[in-house]
Amino acid sequence: MAAHIGRVGRISVRWLSIPVVLLLATTCAATADGTDPVREARAFRDYFIQKFPNVKLDDFVNGPYSLNEDMRRQWEEKEQFPPYEFSLETGKELFAKPFANGKHYADCFPDSGIGVRQTYPQFDMKSGKVVTLELALNQCREANGEKPISYTGEDMAALTAYMAFTSRGKPFDIKIPDDPRALEAYENGKRYFYTRRGQLNFSCATCHVQNPGERLRAEVLAPALGILNAMPIYRSEWGGMGTVSRRFITCNSQVRRVPLEPQAEEYRDLEYFLSYVANGLPISGPGSRP
Amino acid sequence: MKLFVKGRTPIFGLLAASLVCGNALAASEAYFKSAYAAADAAEKQAGTLRNQWLATESALADAKKAAQQGDFDRAIAAAKEAEALAKASIFQATSEREAWKTLEIR
Amino acid sequence: MASSIRVRAIANGDVTEVQTLIQHPMDSGFIKTDKGDFIPAHYITELTFEHNGKPVFIADWGTAVSKDPYVKFAFKGAAKGDDLKVSWIDNKGESDAATFKVQ
Repeated sequence: MAAHIGRVGRISVRWLSIPVVLLLATTCAATADGTDPVREARAFRDYFIQKFPNVKLDDFVNGPYSLNEDMRRQWEEKEQFPPYEFSLETGKELFAKPFANGKHYADCFPDSGIGVRQTYPQFDMKSGKVVTLELALNQCREANGEKPISYTGEDMAALTAYMAFTSRGKPFDIKIPDDPRALEAYENGKRYFYTRRGQLNFSCATCHVQNPGERLRAEVLAPALGILNAMPIYRSEWGGMGTVSRRFITCNSQVRRVPLEPQAEEYRDLEYFLSYVANGLPISGPGSRP
Repeated sequence: MKLFVKGRTPIFGLLAASLVCGNALAASEAYFKSAYAAADAAEKQAGTLRNQWLATESALADAKKAAQQGDFDRAIAAAKEAEALAKASIFQATSEREAWKTLEIR
Repeated sequence: MASSIRVRAIANGDVTEVQTLIQHPMDSGFIKTDKGDFIPAHYITELTFEHNGKPVFIADWGTAVSKDPYVKFAFKGAAKGDDLKVSWIDNKGESDAATFKVQ
């Protein structure tokens, strides 16, 4: 992995012409500090389209299955009886169960929480921070006098699985409002994604931008484009369902870095960035992975 | 050394040796304490940078356990390793502040 | 509470393809809880598929089969509309059974 520095150099050079042309051609579409999420998202998408010309854009949301034929066959077979089915049923029940005060999760979300997953994470103007779906669910609980549930536990996975299922096929629709704090959250997430960490000195990009489709031990790495569209996922490795929080934490541990607390600001900003650059790609959750 | 001149009973030698041995243990513990404190401080600094490594944490735990068992040689070695790991993670956090841009898709 | 057994059996000419997903912890008995106690072994010991009263597939399982097992197999001699009975029994003596129609 450390030997891929050369490839990084080539990426930067190859794309150098585009930002130069855009800078000359555009008016002040970018902010003063140069962040232009629209342009960056397009560049992000173009990178993967160029790298994998045989993959249909929407198919990127299927992670390793979009890049490996053999795994794809096994996955398509399993999808007839997906392993996340039990969690999905539990999620539906949990979602419908009223709180002690008689209210429901549906009361906290627009459209009763059905078909809204693709709009999360959202930037909350009032609190000035990113609200992910998991955070919104616990905020709903606390607003109704209930204790919050674990972000890495089965119940949160089941709830987000159900909400994802009601949004299946809908394209990610993440908004960055015209507020410097929102832009900063996006920037933080982007920076986090590319920053190397842990004793293995890997960044998220090391695996998911530089080496998607390659093997890391026995796993095939997923492309970063659309990587959250299938969440939450039933991971065979876990023998169960896991949330975005769980995955970020385990990814950190895997590069030998002490994980942050679930729903830490960095994680929420990261989810914001990754979801934004996947705008337009369909929600495929809940998903299953090896 | 004069204390060990041939022909003389090396009483002073023995006395000196026993004093040194007795103090060696106490000196080891003191040395461990300062080594551990340095490692701990570095790890806390890595904590403020939100970039701690799992290996650092386990080295610190190893150091503490070894010290509790009285094996100060091992404890000092582990504490030194923990400090090195913590410092490396601090270096990583500070250098990555700029270095991340090299990986960015543009 | 729904059954632990999901089945899809599709007849294609003479051959019927059966897929099953069973909800079961399949604990091996070797995993410990956070407190350090072993989670006792709890796994399906026998899984049986019967067509018209005759067993067409019997699986003797043990601790090597993972949680929520998935099985796929094909057999001859069934037709659309036939009954397929699926039943399992585990090492604790618990069991479940369900009957499905071949499609």
